[in-house]
Amino acid sequence: MIDHETLTHIAKSFGLFYLIAMSIGVLIYAFWPGNKHRFERAANTVVSDEEDRPCP
Amino acid sequence: MISQLTGTERVLAALTFLLLVLFGMAMAVAGRDDLIGPHGWIIALSGMAGIIALLRAYGAPEPSPSRLSEYYDDPSKAGIVLTLIWGVVGMLIGVWVAALLAWPELTFDTEWASFGRLRPVHTSGVIFGFGGNALIATSLHVLQRTTRARLPDQFSPWFVLFGYNLFCVLAASGYLMGITQSKEYAEPEWYADIFLVIVWVVYFSIYIRTLMRRNEPHIYVANWYYMAFILVIALLHIVNNLVVPVSLGHAKSYSLFSGVQDAMTQWWYGHNAVAFFLTAGFLGMMYYYLPKRAGRPIYSYRMSIISFWGITFMYMWAGSHHLHYTALPHWVQTLGMVFSVVLLVPSWASAGNALLTLNGAWHKVRDDAVLRFMMLAAIFYGLTTFEGSFLAIRAVNSLSHYTDWTVGHVHAGALGWVALISYGSLYALTPWLWKRPALYSARLVEWHFWLALAGTVIYVFAMWNSGIIQGLMWRTYNDSGTLNYSFVDSLVAMHPYYIARAFGGLLFLIGAVIALYNIAMTIREPRPVATESASDIPLVGQPASAVQAGE
Repeated sequence: MIDHETLTHIAKSFGLFYLIAMSIGVLIYAFWPGNKHRFERAANTVVSDEEDRPCP
Repeated sequence: MISQLTGTERVLAALTFLLLVLFGMAMAVAGRDDLIGPHGWIIALSGMAGIIALLRAYGAPEPSPSRLSEYYDDPSKAGIVLTLIWGVVGMLIGVWVAALLAWPELTFDTEWASFGRLRPVHTSGVIFGFGGNALIATSLHVLQRTTRARLPDQFSPWFVLFGYNLFCVLAASGYLMGITQSKEYAEPEWYADIFLVIVWVVYFSIYIRTLMRRNEPHIYVANWYYMAFILVIALLHIVNNLVVPVSLGHAKSYSLFSGVQDAMTQWWYGHNAVAFFLTAGFLGMMYYYLPKRAGRPIYSYRMSIISFWGITFMYMWAGSHHLHYTALPHWVQTLGMVFSVVLLVPSWASAGNALLTLNGAWHKVRDDAVLRFMMLAAIFYGLTTFEGSFLAIRAVNSLSHYTDWTVGHVHAGALGWVALISYGSLYALTPWLWKRPALYSARLVEWHFWLALAGTVIYVFAMWNSGIIQGLMWRTYNDSGTLNYSFVDSLVAMHPYYIARAFGGLLFLIGAVIALYNIAMTIREPRPVATESASDIPLVGQPASAVQAGE
């Protein structure tokens, strides 16, 4: 049975850290030098005129 | 559209329609003494309409294999038209309920025209009818363009579009009859909810199956937002609608949760409906159509990723700010408040990203009302998320809660952000999909823009004034320590603002009607494609497909 104490315990231990860990993970992914090219390509492809047919 | 289905897909469609008729009839029979009965008939009749459409197209040749070298945009086209129609209907009911607040005698002594029944028709009509159809129509377009892959099949997108609209019809007609489970934005009863789950699973499967066949290595950020929208809405919808019906022949059901757990589940749902339906989905729209229309890539792709994860993971915890000063444990209220305040960071990152994308293209914003719609939407997104974080602070909430300030906040977001980004995107998308050189009338877009802006500003300022006056009147004590004003006193003080609000809404409604007219005329008008505007047009070199001889 989940009671109030269990929930507060989880919130104060695990819950305190997992979002911080995830934020660090996201920041590493976003700023990883190897990803720079992929991101730029993705952003530029959207505004190109050459995307109006599916690839064969 | 039946002729676009392959043989197997036609069999699948026939089975689906038969199941609809079967379940509809069963509901109509089992619920003949209950309000579920009429809904059974609606479901059965929609299945029969499908069967008739199938039979009329019987023997039509299968679609040619050459279709596979084109994107499948017909569901998006139908979705655009449905969006605009639901927009006019939902906003018309909105003006009506706004007028009811100012002039309560407008119910004409009928049950269905009472405020309690019409209000959810307005909220569901604009959020799910208008917003949901806009999301389905644009998501299928963005998904194909950014993955450079055609939709996996021809049947499932139509099933999602029509199934979703059947759900919307069941919802709206149910409210008028008096069916509701009394949960805000989750009013439809159990059978409609189960149906929506099926539709939603198919919707998500379209996304996954297209992504699996994608020809771009990286999944563009707009798709992440659309997928978060689909996935989280499924999760919220299922958990918040865990109910036990009285019987299979009754519309009425009872929630699995009780008391404060039920309230917390509802507002976990309710706030994340704002977060994932009205924010994440429309951010997906913004991240595609705004750069596309401006002709400039998004200012910072990195920032869009960081704000995506911030928005998706932090919104989950913000719902409890709807329950400040209630029986909810104090720490849960504080948790919701803190997450709401922190949410300002990824929200402003998104709004800033959009505006910085336009930096250097301001002359386009000045000249192009379509792009201006999107710019204004980003500004309202920034304003509304700031206001939202502010209102979630417990001390501020003690003044604002239960007042019209909340209503003003919601409409700053719904009119200023959701509706403007939708209209901007649809205005951009319509000429591309129908292969027209431009919209029917750029002047009408200007008219719509200024009507929408004026309507939103009037609405929001009226509600700010009335909300703060209301909040202050409810907490003013006199020398003997009792409340200085009765509730009716505050109601009388609201009257002029309610009239102003109805007027602001009316302006916005006129804009929605203009949009419907403008896009309908764009679709009807067989204008040839000019080659110089090729950047807007998918099929360069095949303008003939837009104009048939004798048309």
